[in-house]
Amino acid sequence: MNGDMMQLWVYLSSTPLLWLTLTLMAYQFGTWVFRRFGCSQLLNPVLTSVIALVILLKVSGTDYQTYFSGAQFIHFLLGPATVALAIPLYREMQAIRKAFVPIIISLTVGSLVSIMSAVGIAWCLGGERIVLLTLSPKSVTTPIAMGISEKIGGLPALTAVAVVLTGITGAVIGDLVLNGLQIHDEKARGMALGVAAHGIGTAHAMQKSRVSGAFAAMAMALNGLLTALLLPAIIGLLH
Amino acid sequence: MIGSLTLIFFCQLVGEIISRLTKLPIPGPVIGMVILFCGLVLRKTMSSELETVSGFLHRNLPLLFVPAGVGVIKNLNILQRYWGPFTGAIIIGTAVTIAVTGVVMQLLNRRHITDQKEQQS
Repeated sequence: MNGDMMQLWVYLSSTPLLWLTLTLMAYQFGTWVFRRFGCSQLLNPVLTSVIALVILLKVSGTDYQTYFSGAQFIHFLLGPATVALAIPLYREMQAIRKAFVPIIISLTVGSLVSIMSAVGIAWCLGGERIVLLTLSPKSVTTPIAMGISEKIGGLPALTAVAVVLTGITGAVIGDLVLNGLQIHDEKARGMALGVAAHGIGTAHAMQKSRVSGAFAAMAMALNGLLTALLLPAIIGLLH
Repeated sequence: MIGSLTLIFFCQLVGEIISRLTKLPIPGPVIGMVILFCGLVLRKTMSSELETVSGFLHRNLPLLFVPAGVGVIKNLNILQRYWGPFTGAIIIGTAVTIAVTGVVMQLLNRRHITDQKEQQS
């Protein structure tokens, strides 16, 4: 019996199906917890499912590579989902054109604040140079952030982690900060979440309102482009 | 359904090719998004099918970040060493960025709208 179970585990752990299914189940569980306890953002489904899966991997002694061979099918859809952001953008094009000047100004300010606050705070808390460089593109969507990190001499893998944690943080505290400051303009809420918390912030904004979602998608894309241009130049100036 | 998916994947593919050839620091999917957006602007219409596909992808967008998030597991030791600067920069930095961006946008947008109304009247 024990031998059979062992064989079954060896088989299951070598197919993509196991970790693909477990990722979907973890997310279902995360969503269930979120709804069950009154939709508090502290119980953000991404956060819950990541923690549940990390525990599962640790307990079963599975490495990330094995996990990712299954989970990559979900990860892959990030690309097409990014392309498809063109659709909400197109739908809200009128609103975006009308607010063009405010968008460009708040985007530039937000982008600079994001870089400077990350670097400044990490420096105050005793971060070394490499930690500061790694954290500087944290508000930008993962693939752009990793590219920037590599270019300026950070640690790309660690930047990816900082990016995801930033996104989750944005979704968790975003509404709290925005409501506290009495920011009720849906466009401003979308901009703030998109600039500060990229795709996860955008996903959060989309669930609240169509306009916020479109503005967040646009802010995320533009902030990615702007940071990719700004950050290497800023680092160059400091040398 | 398949037609719309094909269109989206095609835009991403062209985006990846442009990204590689030009060595721009912009990832393929973002270029793909710009291409699809330009296409929609030029055609001036959008099929309901395309809306359905994008609706499906975006309703489940948070799920798509889970595999990358689990990547934390590879870097737990570095995170342990630098947890101070990491948590500080991420939590405070993100809160400050959200606050500043939101305030600036709301303020400018309000002024912008009143300006436009004054010009019209």
